[in-house]
Amino acid sequence: MRTENIKKTTEFVSQNFIYIFLLMLIAAIATVNPKFLSLTTLRDILLQSSTRVIIAIGMFCILLTGGVDLGAGRVIGLAAVLSASMLQTPDYARRFFPNLPQLPLWLPIAIAILAGISVGLLNGIIISRFSVPPFIATLGTQVIAYGINSIYFDLPPNNSQPIGGLRKDFTFLGSGLIGSIPIIVIIAVIIAAIAWVVFTRTSFGKYTYAIGGNRQAAEVSGINVKLMLLLIYTIAGACFGFAGVLEAARTGGATNNYGFMYEFDAISACFVGGVSTTGGVGTVPGVLAGVLIFGVINYGLTFIGINPYWQYILKGIVIVVAVSIDIRKYLAKK
Amino acid sequence: MSDEFILEMNNISKEFPGVKALDDVTLKVRKGTIHALVGENGAGKSTLMKCLFGIYKPDSGEIVLNKNHVEINSPIDALKLGISMIHQELHPVPYRNVMENIWLGRFPQRKYGPLNFVDHKKMYDDTKALLKGLNIDIKPNEKVANLSVSKVQLMEIAKAISYDSKIIIMDEPTSSLTENEVEHLFKIINDLKKRGVSIIYISHKMEEILKIADEVTIMRDGKRIGTWSASELNIDMIISKMVGRDLTNRFPKRYNVPGKVKMKVENFTSSMPNSFKNISFEVREGEVLGVGGLVGAQRTELIEAIFGLRSVQSGEIFINGEKVNIKSPIDAKKHKIALLTEDRRLTGIIPLMSVLENTSIANILKYIKPNLLLDSKKMRNDVTQAVEMLRVKTPSLNKVIKDLSGGNQQKVLFARWLLTEPEIFLLDEPTRGIDVGAKFEIYTIIADLAKQGKSIIMISSEMPELLGMSDRIMVMCEGRLSGIIDGNKATEEEIMRLATRFIA
Repeated sequence: MRTENIKKTTEFVSQNFIYIFLLMLIAAIATVNPKFLSLTTLRDILLQSSTRVIIAIGMFCILLTGGVDLGAGRVIGLAAVLSASMLQTPDYARRFFPNLPQLPLWLPIAIAILAGISVGLLNGIIISRFSVPPFIATLGTQVIAYGINSIYFDLPPNNSQPIGGLRKDFTFLGSGLIGSIPIIVIIAVIIAAIAWVVFTRTSFGKYTYAIGGNRQAAEVSGINVKLMLLLIYTIAGACFGFAGVLEAARTGGATNNYGFMYEFDAISACFVGGVSTTGGVGTVPGVLAGVLIFGVINYGLTFIGINPYWQYILKGIVIVVAVSIDIRKYLAKK
Repeated sequence: MSDEFILEMNNISKEFPGVKALDDVTLKVRKGTIHALVGENGAGKSTLMKCLFGIYKPDSGEIVLNKNHVEINSPIDALKLGISMIHQELHPVPYRNVMENIWLGRFPQRKYGPLNFVDHKKMYDDTKALLKGLNIDIKPNEKVANLSVSKVQLMEIAKAISYDSKIIIMDEPTSSLTENEVEHLFKIINDLKKRGVSIIYISHKMEEILKIADEVTIMRDGKRIGTWSASELNIDMIISKMVGRDLTNRFPKRYNVPGKVKMKVENFTSSMPNSFKNISFEVREGEVLGVGGLVGAQRTELIEAIFGLRSVQSGEIFINGEKVNIKSPIDAKKHKIALLTEDRRLTGIIPLMSVLENTSIANILKYIKPNLLLDSKKMRNDVTQAVEMLRVKTPSLNKVIKDLSGGNQQKVLFARWLLTEPEIFLLDEPTRGIDVGAKFEIYTIIADLAKQGKSIIMISSEMPELLGMSDRIMVMCEGRLSGIIDGNKATEEEIMRLATRFIA
């Protein structure tokens, strides 16, 4: 009976390792400084994590198929610059388009998301139609996206100056509150909820798991795998584009280097959150926990006054240790 | 028997680079019958079925279904036309549950306004009803990774049946099933037959075929030999039609004289449940020991375990009478064992490296000079010698190996191992994918090695090769040793009988 209980406990710990780890991390920081446990802290961590959640969910879709997108960061930069350049206040001195009339808020946002969709669609075409490995395909398109963004950003009269003076209605999206909850957090929660429903309740989500779990099985079961891949990369592109818009709104500006290397944070969060490196395994709550772990490390270490450079070392350790523990669930002996 | 053909595959040909997999094959299946397709490994049965299911596109020929000409370009087309398939290689999605595997590609839907969601309750109930109707004891929400191989196979059978197809292709459906489960499957098949479903049944198991089939089509080397009513056939007739080919002068004369026992393997049992069990045998100096059996007999697994690539639960190896402990290929090399793997391209050659590098790679530490650089002159000399001895045809040692023919690539791999001066050679399908002329040269190399007193264990799925090259032939079936016979007196029929000995 006792061994039975121990077995059950180890089983529970190994299945829920990531959530337990998150709680342990919070507990450790709170031991050093109990003030860490406050609503302000919670709100700040959620605020900082919300764009990362959206990026991580886009990445999650792709990782589930066994692919990867190395271009997420550059798409975020492109979307940030596009939306910011068209949403400056009329009286701002260095406007990107000096004579641009006041556009409805949705239009520049739609254009920026559309740019993300285009890059995603391009990735999808290259990967599904021409069978280029996702690593290479997205490595290529990210450079193209950066190039296009930089040319746009360098247009006179802007000439590669950071874009600022954003309209209040736009920055409100990134820093405004509804009651005492930041809008951006609500958006992230809604997107996460949609993703969760899609991946647990719809054919689309289950096909995605099947493609990553055993592509041949998906093919012989009559799933149009190529079309699925095309859609998945496109949807991910939309997520990255939207994240770029929110990133501009949150920070009140944009440059062509926005989002640089964000894909690695997203990939790390997914893997730490239990997504399999070969695809086919992973959950939305796991990804959220992964993002939050890094959010807590970022915020918490600063909070207790540790040299920020230590964050990098701790993050690296977390990635390796968490994945090496998580992967034990799947290891099989030859 | 119905006179009406539900399916006609007429004059189907399919060529892969270097191999004519199907040569003008015709297959006609009557409505509501069980049509068995038999032939040796590589005869083209699975290829023909993959053409029917839209996985391969035939180079020529036509498919006629219910008297209508049809184009099948993908499994989606095949399923829509009422053809489903149980695949030889199982295709589960391991980390999803049983019901998601069964209804993959066609989950039941439930509408909420404009939105479509998977109806989990209906899926669960449908799965439960399906499995109950077939009397298969699996839980619908069990994760597939937790099922035994035979349960996975039963799940795939249930899946193929759930499409309500007019034609079900069953490619080795019983390969992982127990005797009782096979009986159970036969009941299911007979029920399907009564409902007018046609079944194309591929199996190596002769008793099974004679028991269940109405008609039998026999294939050999990508060609159709003929179609007979099952009642006209017996096991011997099927086997002789499957293997019937001439055996003149395809092998070099052998002058080896087996000497004292070189290696003894005792009670080798894999740590995997469905792999080899209790295998004991010995091989002598200067002897070629052939290893025969069907696909799935666990021959590769056995010799890879001897080489330290796979773990064993129990068993001992003695070399020259002394017990040795081989836990990895490094240990195996130390004990002068060499392994030529089954899949030359995947686990043998390093395609983009030169002949020189490919030959020396297993032995490269020998050429490190005191200054830590490689002694390329000595390396080149040794490689040249080995390559000349084996008559490798290459314009230069710097040629990239992937540009060589299959036969010459295989010779380079022999040369690689010769440099390590082994005494025991483990050869896994040494002539697979090599043309007939080059095969003779490989056989000559094997015969020469034996003459020099080396011990050779050679897995082969080609009967003539086993008979032509082996001093003794060890035959395996379902992971068990079913017999060791004298290579000079053995017949193909005898091997085939041993290879199916433990199969229901």
